Amino acid sequence: CFIPGGLDCSISFVSHVLGKVCIHGRQKEILEVLVPRLTDLTKSDCIWQRICWRLVECVPDRWVEAVVLGFVQRAPGADVLSRLLGNLVVKNKKAQFVVTQKMLLLQYGHTTAVLQNLLGYLSLESLRRTLLLRVLQELLETWSSSSAVKHSPAEQQLYISKAILICLSHLKELEIESCRQELLTSMMEGVKCHLDSSLPQLQRLGMVVAESISLKINTEGPVLKFEYEEDDEIRELKSLLVQTPPFCVVPSLPDDDRSEKAGASVPLVPESNEKPHTAAPVMPDEESDAELDSDDDLIPYDMSGDKELKIKAPVYIRDCIEVLTGSRSEDVDKWEATVKALESLVRKNPAATREVSVELAKILLHLEEKTCIEGFVELRQRAQVAVLTTDPIPVAKYLTSQFYSLNYSLRQRMDILDVLVLAAQELSCPKFHGKTKHSGAQKPCIQLLPGSDSSKDWRRIVDERIKSKTRRFDMGQSRVELASRPNEFNSVAGHFFFPLIQHFDRPLTTFDLLGEDHLVLGRLVHTLAILMYLAVNTVAVTAMGKALLEFVWALRFHTDSYVRQGLLSCISSLLLSVPAERILTDMTEELLETQSWLGDVMEKDPDGDCRRLALQNLLLMENLKKKLEAVPS
Amino acid sequence: MALPPPDPQFVLRGTSAAVHTLHFSCGGPEPGIPLLFSGSENGFIHVWNLKTHRVDTALDGHGRKSVCCIETMGGKDRLLSQGRDQRICLWDLAEGRTSVTDSVFTEHVGFCRCSLLKVAQGRWLMAMAARSLEEVQILELPSKTSVCTLKPEAGAKLGMPMCLKLWQLNCGSQPVLLAGYEDGSVVLWNVSMGKALSRLICHQEPVMSLDFDSEKAKGISGSSEKVLSIWSLNEQQNLQVYKTHELVNAGISDITIRPDKKILATAGWDHRIRIFGWKKLKPLAVLDYHTATVHCVSFSDHSNPQERLLAAGSKDQRISAWSIYAQT
Repeated sequence: CFIPGGLDCSISFVSHVLGKVCIHGRQKEILEVLVPRLTDLTKSDCIWQRICWRLVECVPDRWVEAVVLGFVQRAPGADVLSRLLGNLVVKNKKAQFVVTQKMLLLQYGHTTAVLQNLLGYLSLESLRRTLLLRVLQELLETWSSSSAVKHSPAEQQLYISKAILICLSHLKELEIESCRQELLTSMMEGVKCHLDSSLPQLQRLGMVVAESISLKINTEGPVLKFEYEEDDEIRELKSLLVQTPPFCVVPSLPDDDRSEKAGASVPLVPESNEKPHTAAPVMPDEESDAELDSDDDLIPYDMSGDKELKIKAPVYIRDCIEVLTGSRSEDVDKWEATVKALESLVRKNPAATREVSVELAKILLHLEEKTCIEGFVELRQRAQVAVLTTDPIPVAKYLTSQFYSLNYSLRQRMDILDVLVLAAQELSCPKFHGKTKHSGAQKPCIQLLPGSDSSKDWRRIVDERIKSKTRRFDMGQSRVELASRPNEFNSVAGHFFFPLIQHFDRPLTTFDLLGEDHLVLGRLVHTLAILMYLAVNTVAVTAMGKALLEFVWALRFHTDSYVRQGLLSCISSLLLSVPAERILTDMTEELLETQSWLGDVMEKDPDGDCRRLALQNLLLMENLKKKLEAVPS
Repeated sequence: MALPPPDPQFVLRGTSAAVHTLHFSCGGPEPGIPLLFSGSENGFIHVWNLKTHRVDTALDGHGRKSVCCIETMGGKDRLLSQGRDQRICLWDLAEGRTSVTDSVFTEHVGFCRCSLLKVAQGRWLMAMAARSLEEVQILELPSKTSVCTLKPEAGAKLGMPMCLKLWQLNCGSQPVLLAGYEDGSVVLWNVSMGKALSRLICHQEPVMSLDFDSEKAKGISGSSEKVLSIWSLNEQQNLQVYKTHELVNAGISDITIRPDKKILATAGWDHRIRIFGWKKLKPLAVLDYHTATVHCVSFSDHSNPQERLLAAGSKDQRISAWSIYAQT
């Protein structure tokens, strides 16, 4: 380092050296030394600050990007960056492009700290604040564009959301006032695109950002509030909204369940309008002692029968049907008791249930909540599953036909799919016989994608199975053999599967799978994947596999990433369930086509999960080939 | 070894509608037939002959709207009935007549039963809920002049009056009104001045029914929750909670204290009638006969203590009569 000593000196050659080193990829080495030194020197010394600014300004344009990027990444804080770079971003066009466009909109790999540095730097000086506003507008444009939401990867969307929140945290009242209208418009459009998406992560991102924008523009009055589960990502996002020293988490949303005070305690407060309050209450017992005798004359009767009144649920299935369809609106207690008791009654009386199975299924599908029972949705679903497993073929026929009928709500159609999956799981698993296990129980608050958790669970299970297959472990007899039962799903798998796959391309007036209702299509595809997976060892599995391959082929270019993930899960299930020999003899050509499609997906699909699933499928195919080559023909 | 509870002495059937109110008329100077008046949901008032256990007369005066309260005014010949057709009717039943001599249009659409108090020979005070939702009107009968209107202060938010009881400590003293409201509080009103003397919040739910023992200055109230609340009135005319008692099942429709102040009966939504000792609220019996909500209970006014009865009317259209603790 050199001392100016009152002389004019040019440091442009140092800038050249710096630039050249950075462009050759040695940013880390040189800036590791340079940045801390400059930080110290510029702390209080204005001259050094000017020198530093001159240094970066003189870097030739072709190397500016590398230098600026390096500085932004290395600087320990926004204020330091401000001291080091000065108003470079205003004076130099290239630097402006890098800072306001490239790092925010074209790249998305930088950490939150880097974002904080960058945006903090922009906010620290009034000349740069105009850039901050412009940056915010562009970020919001991207955030609210529906094509960006559909086609850009989740990581990029997270990055943009973080950037938006940090910008918002830096804005002052006046600035918010001036762009309030634009903020509002972008928020409305953006929230719509985000909620439209089928992926829960994107929905949550949209909700958090929309809430934050609403909070900023409506300082008094009602703000937008969504209901969602908080995870670490969300908490981190929310903490960005407040510019305080790090690790200060904004208090989370108020709990929806406020604990209610228990009822019966009686407040001992006499309220008197005119007279002064008398002292507290309870009269001593001594007074009654004197009159003890006369009370003892009255001998109490036996009161052991005085218990809590319990409404008896009906004991016969047909009685249940009468109560549930009955028009007697007064007997709500009985209706509640019936709903609670229905599942166990159905399981205990399979013969009686089989006589009225379709009627019961119809009643349950249309059953609406008459009174407020806890867990009504789950009770209804369990009863439906019980009916379906007791009499699978007619009830499956009914339910699958209703899936494609007019005048059902999306919720009801998705209910049908959920019930089919749960029943299939029960029928195909020997150890769950008799006791239903629930993956994906409904939670009480209204979520936008209820039950999508079940598809995640299944993905995990499928992944585990794939892992176990690729590693080829011989586990030996380490586990006790489970009692074997005939596979009840064998005779009915086809009845569950084929009717669902039949009419997907035939739109009805109220239901268009290939059009607006892509959410249901996504759920349908995931359901088919699960049914395929559960059909392992059944007779119909090959036919199901072929039909599924055709179905996947028809939909492979669908724009919704949730649907694509489902399609790839279908392929995984197919490869796992259909016996290898059958795949290679009956489906060779289709498989080859599928393989090339999977390769394409793996390289070019914007969604990370799709790429991962495609890779897994290709690995499974490889294993299949190897396995068959290993077997001597 | 406690005895099992007794069975009803007899059961009256034939109202063909839920029974909402009962009133005995068995005392009186002249030996006459003991009568029980019952008001039903179909608007009929049945006069039951307690010797034959049959209906002597059926009075139809409320346009098929439910009858919610029946009182006699000095003997069995003059009857007052309140119905949900917003009318209170005065009947003349002497010598076999069944005519409505007078009626008061209350304009009240709620369920609050009126309360009657004899203040002088031939003069009664009647408290009833008025048209405006929070007010109670006091009328003098038979002149039907308004004595006062008891309006809670603005912002008190008491809700509708649910049950009323007019009483006076002895003849000649000031009549006072106890009113139970929808917010669970009981208010003591001074009728002549029209002002509230004391307010006590006894329940978290609306007060369904209350009764008061003027000798001991103690009262009891029941609500739609599981708690019975006993409160007392001290010398400064302030209400204070004395005791609470928790029941097994929630909901009380009616409470009444026997005229000799020894026991009280409650009518429950769980189809059961409960008997308690009044002194210490000791539970004495649970009478489980009815198959639907018991709407009302009433003690008879027989002059011979041995003949005393307790009657209960229920939604299952039956009136059960019990002879319980009649010997004491």
